[in-house]
Amino acid sequence: METKEKKTVAPRTDMPCQPADVRARNFDEVALGYTKEMAMQEAARCLQCKNPRCVKGCPVEVPIRDFIGEVARGNFDVAYRIIKTTNSLPAVCGRVCPQENQCEGNCVLKAKGQPVAIGRLERFVADNHIASSACEQVTGTNSCAVPLGNKKMACIGSGPASLTCAGVCAAAGIKVDVFEALHEPGGVLIYGIPAFRLPKNVVATEVNGLRQTGVDFHLNHVGGRTVSVTELAREYDAVFIGVGAGLPVFLGVPGENLVGVFSANEYLTRVNLGRAYDFPNHDTPAFLGKNVTVFGAGNVAMDAARTALRMGAESVHIVYRRTRAEMPARHEEVEHAEEEGVKFAMLSAPLRFNGDDEMRLVSVTLQKMELGEPDASGRRRPVPVPGSEYDLPTDLAIVALGTRSNPILLEATEGLDKTERGYIKVNEETGETSLPNVFAGGDIVTGAATVILAMGAGRRAGQEIVRRLGGM
Amino acid sequence: MPTPILEKESLIPGRTSKLVLHAPQIARNAHPGHFVMLRMSPDGERIPLTIADTDPEKGTIVIVYLVMGTSTALLEDLKAGDSILDVCGPLGKPTHIEKKGTVVCVGGGTGIAAMHHIAKGHWRAGNRVVGVIGARTKDLLLFEKELSSFAHELLISTDDGSYGRKGLVTDLLRERLETDKDVFEVVAVGPVPMMAAVAETTRSFGVRTTVSLNPIMVDGIGMCGACRVTVGGKTKFACVDGPEFDGHQVDFAELRRRLGAFREQEKISLDQYRSQHGN
Repeated sequence: METKEKKTVAPRTDMPCQPADVRARNFDEVALGYTKEMAMQEAARCLQCKNPRCVKGCPVEVPIRDFIGEVARGNFDVAYRIIKTTNSLPAVCGRVCPQENQCEGNCVLKAKGQPVAIGRLERFVADNHIASSACEQVTGTNSCAVPLGNKKMACIGSGPASLTCAGVCAAAGIKVDVFEALHEPGGVLIYGIPAFRLPKNVVATEVNGLRQTGVDFHLNHVGGRTVSVTELAREYDAVFIGVGAGLPVFLGVPGENLVGVFSANEYLTRVNLGRAYDFPNHDTPAFLGKNVTVFGAGNVAMDAARTALRMGAESVHIVYRRTRAEMPARHEEVEHAEEEGVKFAMLSAPLRFNGDDEMRLVSVTLQKMELGEPDASGRRRPVPVPGSEYDLPTDLAIVALGTRSNPILLEATEGLDKTERGYIKVNEETGETSLPNVFAGGDIVTGAATVILAMGAGRRAGQEIVRRLGGM
Repeated sequence: MPTPILEKESLIPGRTSKLVLHAPQIARNAHPGHFVMLRMSPDGERIPLTIADTDPEKGTIVIVYLVMGTSTALLEDLKAGDSILDVCGPLGKPTHIEKKGTVVCVGGGTGIAAMHHIAKGHWRAGNRVVGVIGARTKDLLLFEKELSSFAHELLISTDDGSYGRKGLVTDLLRERLETDKDVFEVVAVGPVPMMAAVAETTRSFGVRTTVSLNPIMVDGIGMCGACRVTVGGKTKFACVDGPEFDGHQVDFAELRRRLGAFREQEKISLDQYRSQHGN
């Protein structure tokens, strides 16, 4: 960046949040969002670069500079339409994208330490906009296509990849049926991400918008079991597989099946999908722990730790074998977790879980680590410090180490090529699988990744489906 | 779309009923050994139940349950003509069935109903089916008539001797294995202690023994790992790797402990339900 005259850049506009001590005990949204004034103030910080690098950092290439320019001028509806040209779920992305590694990571103001708060602005624009029609909710315009003859397509799964694909196809006039295995649509946005980070009504608004544009959601339909890919491929002109992540990865240390050791998927599904925070008014219970230990350092680990606090834990530790700098979670989540009272046991790795006579978890034995030589990933490898073992009292342990692929649909579908890691193999340009006109995207293709990458894949496949079915 | 209950038959009043559900897509795809996940109310919990029978032509499946907690109490409150809010399946791996000779099918409690579906599969495959079923007392024995249609022989025991042989199913099983050398497999479905006892009984005979496990599940579709069981020293997920496993390899003590993980909360929930529903 070359600037002849040194301009001072105003500091980033803070987003109001619930006070940490209050929010640590409720499930209401933590970050409260910008006001119009705050949004315009923050948007005015944008330098409106000729070659906006932020856009290149966005997996769906939202025209970031352009929408922020409109926000700065107070044209919020125009800004909304600009975002919706490439991003179908901005209210979701503004909340959950890892902006610091994407758009904001590329912002030229980052060199001065404080990039434009692109995620917060995206969220503001989405929340501020009240769609005048379902068509507008889904596409950002009021010119939805007339039905494309009798063309129809099916989505399996209803997470971010499928919702995006469904939206692209429905907007082009293709009849869409979505088959969801659980009893509520939304996938990871519902069962995985807690309401304090992504309120459920944000997801419901998107799903309802799709419903009103003619997308039908068939719940309790398991792809590969209740309906097979083969029969859908016969009945529909195209099929999109977006079934998401599968079985949780565990630590592989002794005592992992003691009562009190849970995967983050189970713990969060109980609380989020099952509404265990409202037990016994809702029937699904969550395991209650006084001393909670969470393993992992990604967003899911932060979600699990913060959920445990809200469920009444007295202490919550996050155990990670590397250091704070290597934690893959969004910075904001780590900061929020710390403010709320989550403690970080860095450079520690579990050796075993210890139980009582009834096989109930009482503690976990940890070992201190130090950083050694860089490994294949370029990060310094954690190596155990001899004789450094210690016990951390723990009656609830939550393992958040990621997931493997879900075998159900893959085992049931003949002719579907898989990668060496057991995910679905696709053509990267189109998202098409080894089965003609059957597409796939999201975690079932990439392994556990982000909402925005899944949306990008859903969008790519949706556009290809529209092109093939003659809707361009 | 809610799943209609076409018929309800009370097997043990207030405790166990048989429901015939209109679920054509599940009926069409279900095989012996499969299960479904159910949820009875918008605030309800998802629970797994093994499919006890199917009729693909009529589009029906049969489930049989024992009232143990809030979800099954809610189920027992429904009657023919009502609907179950959510029914999802068929899930799990089906029973491995091949024509090979004589199979002994051991059932206890509501497990007899689930066992009935497996016996039917073996019967249709051309195997000789010996049913061995038991209960504490005569009034608690269920599915005898249904099972008898798919068993060449049916051996019955009750703990108190009120019906059939006085004793346990494992007594009948042991005698059978001592005299009948054609048995190639024993399948057991029932309470955990019964399945564990069956596995111990057959171990010395070296007969392949399959048990259908019933761990706690949350989604039932391979996402959460609640249903993990230790089999042969390795962690398996009952919802996608099972629910049937080699009984000689299963860590039953761990399964029993894990089934009790939420006992206190289950009681709170059921007490609240009962106080609100006056029973």
